Amino acid sequence: MSENNTPQSDHLADRFTEKARAVSAIVEPVVDLDQAMAYCLDLCGRRGACRIKISGCDEALSQPADTLCDLKQEKIVAAPGLTQDQFASLAARCREQGMTCIRSGMREHLSGVDIGFTVADFGIAETGTLVINCPDEELRLATMLSEYHVCVLRRSTIVEDAFAADRHLLKFMRKTPDYTAFITGASRTADIERVLALGVHGPLELHILLLED
Amino acid sequence: MQDAKNLKEYRKEMQESLDNEFLRKSLDTFAVAYRASRAKAFAEIDVHGLIAEVAAAKDSVLPKLDELYDQFRKNAEAAGVQVHFARDAEEANAIIAEIAKATGSKKIVKSKSMTAEETLLNHTLEDHGLEVTETDLGEWIIQLRHEGPSHMVMPAIHLSRYQVGDLFSDVTGAKQEPDIEKLVKVARRELRSKFVEADMGITGANFAIADTGTIGLVTNEGNARLVTTLPRVHVALLGIDKLVPSLTDALRILKVLPRNATGQQITSYVTWITGANECAAAGNRKKEIHFVVLDNGRLEMARDPLFSQVFRCVRCGACANVCPVYRLVGGHKMGHIYIGAIGLILTYFFHGPEKAKNLIQNCINCEACKDICAGGIDLPRLIKQVHVRIQDEKGHPLPSLLLGQILKNRKLFHTLLRTAKWAQRPVSGEDGFMRHLPMMFFKEHDFKALPTVAEKPFRDRWQELARPIDNPRLRVGLFSGCVQDFVYPEQMEAAFHLFAEHRVAMSFPMAQSCCGLPVQMMGEAKASRDVAVQNVRAFEKENVDYIVTLCASCASHLKHNYPVLLGDDQKMLEKTKSFTAKVIDFSSFAHDVLGLKAEDFSGDGKPATFHSPCHLCRGLGVHEAPRALLRDAGLDYREADESEVCCGFGGTFSAKFPELSAEMLRKKLDHVEVTGAEILLTDCPGCVMQLRGGLKKRGSQIVVQHTAEALAARRRKPE
Repeated sequence: MSENNTPQSDHLADRFTEKARAVSAIVEPVVDLDQAMAYCLDLCGRRGACRIKISGCDEALSQPADTLCDLKQEKIVAAPGLTQDQFASLAARCREQGMTCIRSGMREHLSGVDIGFTVADFGIAETGTLVINCPDEELRLATMLSEYHVCVLRRSTIVEDAFAADRHLLKFMRKTPDYTAFITGASRTADIERVLALGVHGPLELHILLLED
Repeated sequence: MQDAKNLKEYRKEMQESLDNEFLRKSLDTFAVAYRASRAKAFAEIDVHGLIAEVAAAKDSVLPKLDELYDQFRKNAEAAGVQVHFARDAEEANAIIAEIAKATGSKKIVKSKSMTAEETLLNHTLEDHGLEVTETDLGEWIIQLRHEGPSHMVMPAIHLSRYQVGDLFSDVTGAKQEPDIEKLVKVARRELRSKFVEADMGITGANFAIADTGTIGLVTNEGNARLVTTLPRVHVALLGIDKLVPSLTDALRILKVLPRNATGQQITSYVTWITGANECAAAGNRKKEIHFVVLDNGRLEMARDPLFSQVFRCVRCGACANVCPVYRLVGGHKMGHIYIGAIGLILTYFFHGPEKAKNLIQNCINCEACKDICAGGIDLPRLIKQVHVRIQDEKGHPLPSLLLGQILKNRKLFHTLLRTAKWAQRPVSGEDGFMRHLPMMFFKEHDFKALPTVAEKPFRDRWQELARPIDNPRLRVGLFSGCVQDFVYPEQMEAAFHLFAEHRVAMSFPMAQSCCGLPVQMMGEAKASRDVAVQNVRAFEKENVDYIVTLCASCASHLKHNYPVLLGDDQKMLEKTKSFTAKVIDFSSFAHDVLGLKAEDFSGDGKPATFHSPCHLCRGLGVHEAPRALLRDAGLDYREADESEVCCGFGGTFSAKFPELSAEMLRKKLDHVEVTGAEILLTDCPGCVMQLRGGLKKRGSQIVVQHTAEALAARRRKPE
C-alpha cells in the first residue's frame, strides 16, 4: 500500500478520521504500538472504562440476566489478535495495574469484557470503516463482547473506498472458512422513538488509534 | 399486519391510525427528518447514476438466476455450508424446524429478517416447542407484543418509550423507567443472557455472493454478529433475489442501501461470512451452517416481463419513508408483512390476492416512492398493474366498470358531464361551489367544498375564442383534460390569451377526451387503452409543434403511460411516439419554450406560494419553471414547506379514502398559511379543486389559481 505520509496518505487519513468521527468513533494518532497500549491502559484505569460491573447491570434485570452479570468479577482486557511478544508486553502492564489480560478463552467471559484491543487489517476512508478479518473466534468475540473496543489502524493501510479493497477482501473470502467484519462506529440503535442510542449489543465506544508507519 | 376483509373494514382500521396521535406525530417527524438525512448521506454521490447501476446489475442477473444459484451453492458447499432450496414459506419453515430437530437445538436467537417475517417462521418453530428470541431491539419489542413490524427497517416505530417501558417491566419483573438509554441497556443485558444459552442462530442475508459462496449482513446493533458467532448452529434464510454474481455487485448495493434506508453512509456493521467458521461451542470446533434459499413467488416475478424489476428491491424501506399514505396510517395499515409501496406489490406475490386486494387500492399515485427507490423500480405502475390483475381475477367493482364503459364513449361521457350541470342546480351556490353535497356523497367527503360544473365547457367556448394568429412563432394543440374542459374552462382561457399574445397559433381538436388516468387508477386496463387511442388519433392530423396541457397529471400520463399502454400496437407505435414527444406542461412551455420573462409582466408584489403537483415535480421532473414564472410575473414568491408533497387529491383516491385525503390536505394548507401568501398557485386543476375546496371550508381568504391565471392577469399589454 502507499508510502509514508505522502499527500495521498494524508488525504486518506484525514478523510477516514472525519468520517469515523462523524459516527461517534474516537480517533487518536499514536506513534507506535507501545503508545497504543498505553492509551488502552489509561482508558481502562484512569479514565474509568474498566468497571467490575458492566453497563446495564445496574438496572433492574430478570434473574437470568442478573446471574450473567454476576459472572464478571474482574477488570478484563482481551487482546487475542496480538503476537506473543506484543501480548506479553500488554499483559505485564495490565497486571501492574490489577487488570486481567487475556488472549483466549473468550467464551468464559460471555457476560462481557471491559476492553477489546485489536489491530485492524485495513481502513476504508469513504465511510470511516475498520476491516477486521476474524475467522478466529477469539478475535471475533473480543470485538463483539467488549464494552470498549480499542482498535489500532495503520495509516498506510487506509484505502479510498470499499471498491478499492475488493481484491484484498476477496483474498480473505477465498481462504475459507472466513469471517470478515466491517466496523464503523459503535453499536447503535434508533429502534425506540428513533432516538439514537449507542451500545446495544456491541461496544459502547469505538476508539481508533491511527498508527504512524 | 393488515388483513381487513373488505374496503369498509380497511377504512375503519385506518381511522384508528388517524386517531393515534403518537403514531401520527412520530411518522411526521420521521418523514421530514428522513429527507434531510438522506440528502446529506448522498451529498458526495451521483444518486441517479448509482441507482441506474444497481438496476442494471440486478436486471442482468435475471436470465442467469439458475446458474448463479448453482454457483453459489457449490461455493458455499465447498466451504462447508449446507444449502437448501425452499419452494415456499411452508417448505422453508419445515426445513429449518428439521435442522433444529436434527441438531438437538432447543433455544434459538434470531437477528432481524424480513424473509423470516414473510414465512412466519417463528410460529412454526414455536409450534415445534422451540424457544425463539428476536435479538434486534425493535424486533424483540414487537415479538413481546405479538405484533408484526410496522416498518421494514424500524419495526417498532409505532411504539413510544412508555409502551416499551411497560413491556420491559413485564419482562424483567421490575418497574422500568421510560428512559430510552436505560431501556436499551436493559435489552442489552436481557438479550445477552439469551445469546449465551442459544443452540441455534437464525439470520437473513442482504447479499448472497455466487462467486465466493459468501453471505453479507448489514446491521447496526451488532446482534447479527453474536447470532452468527455464539450458537453452534447458524441458519440463514434468504430470498433467491439476494443472489449477486460478485463482491463488487454486493458493494454497489451496500453503497446505496444504508444511505437510502436510514441516511447512514454505512451501517455500524457489515458482516461477510464464507463457510463453516470456527465455533468453540460446536463438537469439532466447526459451526454447522445452513443456507435456506427461498422462492415463494420470486421466480414467477423474475420471469414476468413487467414485475421482474421487483428483483431490484434491496429492502431499504425508503418507499414507505416518503409515502404520504404511510405517513398517515403507519405500517400495520400499509402492508401485510412487507410495508410501503413495495409491500403492496410483494403482498400480492408472496401472500396472495386476498391479502392484497384492499391494500393495493391505497396508493395515491404521487410517485414519491418511484422517485426515491434504490433500484429505480416503477412502483406506482406495478401497484396499478397488480390492481388490474386482482380485478381481472376477482371481478371488477361496478363503479369502476361503469366509468370504464362511459369513458370509452366520449360523446356519452361529455353528455353526462353536461347533464351534471342541470342535476347540480338545486345544490349549487352562486360562488361556484356546491352548497352541500348531493346524496351520493357521504359525510366524510365533506372536508372540502366541491366545485360546480361550469355553465359552458371550454370546448363550447372555443369557437368564439379561436382566431388566426399572424406570422405565428409556434403552433400548439391544446389538450384540456376533463376538469379544465368542464369545471375550470377559465384556466384554459387564461392560457389561451397569454399564448395568443405571444403569437402562438392554437388548435383544439374536438375528438379529444379524458386522458384516461382515472380508469387507469381504478385498474381498468382496457378502457385506459381505448381512450389513449382516441386521444392520439384526435391529434394525429394537427400540424403542431407542441401539445400543451395545463394539467400536470394529464401531461405525465400522456407522456409516460401512453407509450406503455400502446407500446405493443405496431399500428399505433409511430403515432404514439410523435404524440408523446410533443406533450409539454404549461409552465415548461411558457418558461422554457416561449421564454416569458419579467418584462412580459407587470406584477403587483402580492405574496404568493406554489403547490407543486406530484405529476409535475416527480412525473415530469419540473421544479424551477413555475416558480421562476411567478417571480418574473412580479409576485412576492414564498416557498412553502413540503411544497412537493401531495395535496391529497389523487383523483379517485380522494373519493375512495376521504379521511386520508382530508388529512393530507390539512397538512398542505397549514404549510401554505404559514407563508402568509395571499395567492396559492399550482399547475393542475385537480390540485386546484382540492386546495380551493379545503381553503373554502376553512373560511380562508387565500385565492387558489392555476399558474396560467395568475400570469394572464399580470401580463403587460403590448404598447
